[in-house]
Amino acid sequence: MDARTIPIVPIAPAGARAPKDGAFEFLVTRKDEMIGWARKFSLFPYPFVTACCAMEFMAVSASPYDTDRFGAALPRFSPRQADLLMVVGTVTHKQAPVLLKVWEQMCEPKWVMAFGACATSGGFYQNYATLQGIDQIIPVDVYVPGCPPRPETVIDGIMQLQDKIARSHHPVVAGRF
Amino acid sequence: MAANDLDTLRRQIVPAAGAAALSHGTIVFVLAPAELVPAVARLRDEFAFDLLLDLTAVDWPADALRFEVVHHLYSTTHKVRVRLKTRVAAADPVIDSLVALYGSAAYMERECHEMYGIRFRGNHDLRPILLYEGFIGHPLRKDYPKRREQPLVPYREA
Amino acid sequence: MDLVSIPNPVRTTLGTNAADGAVIVNIGPSHPATHGTVQIIAELDGERVVRTDVHCGYLHRGFEKECEDHTWHNLIPYVDRLNYVSALVNDFAYCDGVEQLMGIEITPRCRYLRTLLSEYSRVVDHLTCVAAGMMELGAMTAFLYLVMVRDYMYEHLAALTGARVTYSYGRIGGLARDLPDGWLVRLEEILVKYEEFVARAHGLVDRNRIYIDRLRDVGTITTADALSFGCTGPILRSTGVPRDLRKDTPYLAYAELDFDIPVGIKGDNYDRYFVRMREMDESVYMIRQLAQMLPEGPINVDDRRCTFPDKPLVYGQIESLINHFKLVMDGPSVPPGEIYVAHEAPNGELGFYLVSTGGGIPYKVHVRSPSFAHIGAASRMIDGGQLADIVPTFGSINMIGGECDR
Repeated sequence: MDARTIPIVPIAPAGARAPKDGAFEFLVTRKDEMIGWARKFSLFPYPFVTACCAMEFMAVSASPYDTDRFGAALPRFSPRQADLLMVVGTVTHKQAPVLLKVWEQMCEPKWVMAFGACATSGGFYQNYATLQGIDQIIPVDVYVPGCPPRPETVIDGIMQLQDKIARSHHPVVAGRF
Repeated sequence: MAANDLDTLRRQIVPAAGAAALSHGTIVFVLAPAELVPAVARLRDEFAFDLLLDLTAVDWPADALRFEVVHHLYSTTHKVRVRLKTRVAAADPVIDSLVALYGSAAYMERECHEMYGIRFRGNHDLRPILLYEGFIGHPLRKDYPKRREQPLVPYREA
Repeated sequence: MDLVSIPNPVRTTLGTNAADGAVIVNIGPSHPATHGTVQIIAELDGERVVRTDVHCGYLHRGFEKECEDHTWHNLIPYVDRLNYVSALVNDFAYCDGVEQLMGIEITPRCRYLRTLLSEYSRVVDHLTCVAAGMMELGAMTAFLYLVMVRDYMYEHLAALTGARVTYSYGRIGGLARDLPDGWLVRLEEILVKYEEFVARAHGLVDRNRIYIDRLRDVGTITTADALSFGCTGPILRSTGVPRDLRKDTPYLAYAELDFDIPVGIKGDNYDRYFVRMREMDESVYMIRQLAQMLPEGPINVDDRRCTFPDKPLVYGQIESLINHFKLVMDGPSVPPGEIYVAHEAPNGELGFYLVSTGGGIPYKVHVRSPSFAHIGAASRMIDGGQLADIVPTFGSINMIGGECDR
């Protein structure tokens, strides 16, 4: 699967829909809530750090802002072990293959946070060298604006991502349950 | 350094007083390409200019000698800066390399080469350093449009 | 895209004549300890590094080309993001260059305040470098202490400039705004906190067996090599050479201050750590002197070529309105000429080579970046050492991507 063909997981997989069974749907919802709760409070970020936003990333990981309260503090520097790709700082065209490679190596479920104005849209660099936003090459789940964003903004972004994870569907058995 | 001491040093380096100028406390020499390496060697060995601070170029597209290569040297003993300016033509911009004299020339010449297209005779490693393999063109030339991007990775469909 | 078909942005010269049994390892560019954007391709013989090929440029954001498209005033935010750990120094060095080209003399209050804020930025930069270095060696507690102090300074600077990390506070001819009430009182409180926290960090690592073993005689560079590779700042001073632009070619208010230049003895990582710690103490001493010496008066020079008129005048008087309009749309008009101005940034000599052909838009804005020169010297410090020593050596170079790659 590549960036262009990752499907949005439908409420019921097309063509595999059994007649609506209340008990089954109830179980699916409860399962999604439980797995969503577990996943949102144990995020393992991969800090793909490039530029100035790194300063605010360091600040938000340390006291008094502390992402550890949200379960999102322990970084995993191997993409195989991480589930949240935080792209912190400008991604240039030279760095883009590296970003794509790291994202491709991450296993499902994975989420992407565009941390800062440069990761969101290229920031105020609009020239031959800068990628105009990482969503040109990988799908993004939450955009955190700012140049660099204040730590409170980052925490707001993490909390919104946690809401998104809580609301999503988490198929664990054959794409149906 | 005081203005008259700077002037004295300038006259010591170039006895014919008219060949150098003072610009905001920096001694400026305009040299022909062939004079560059001997001048730098002399500045380093006789006058203790031990730091090659900076190496860059300026693009004057309207001139026949289009590229002006600019070197900045600094002497930690005299605490004085020197700027050397050399012009090369657009058709075949080649100039001698300073790698044999200063280690810092290596990366700076690579940058100047990829940004302006100037070749440095004697520097055998002119791979791109700030740009990437496969980038076509020299972005800091005035005729390279600022927004011409050359992506390495194909974009997603929106 | 499958992983194999993703293109490689660099080409390495290693591997062409590698010895038998040599292993080529790629470190970076996405790596926790390479400060985000440097790739070190190392040829290893067991744990020993034989040769390295250091690739930077992964954060090349086209600063020079971008500057040729903006007015002298509009590009101040770009200048901030060069050395983003000590952003104010970049602002002031750039504004100094433009002011000299225009022949403008800044006011005394601005001169002392710029000096104070440059030293404040120096403390922030060294705190970040030392804290990150300690964290990479495993001293997580010391990292958290120093980042705590740095956070107090960030909030304090946010009270003055509006931003925590990249301020855009320098203006051609002065500064964006004057000190708010109580700023100097809070400054003294923070400096007291700084002393307390740095004392704790010293207590944790200075005589720690592991710390000394990992940093002493590691990453050594000789004075001759340092000068040949264009090293300035803490790297050159760690080899024993007391060269500092604040003493050698004084600018701003440095000629009137009392301070020392700490130097090392061997040019290794431990010396660079200690040079930075002592430089922070000297900076705090300078800040206290400057807080006493700060004169009253205007912040911006009264020169309509560069200073924006006050807002009530802009909305009330047609001349001020037109002045403001021209300054924003066309930019301050800088006479033709060129200048190279250098300040002593926390990393070393930060130079701006500005070329003007008249008008409000620069012809060329080139940055002489200390980190770029130091990256050239990185191979010299890493080769011959152990693989595990790459991390602390690279940390002690304090390569800042924004400045190195511009």
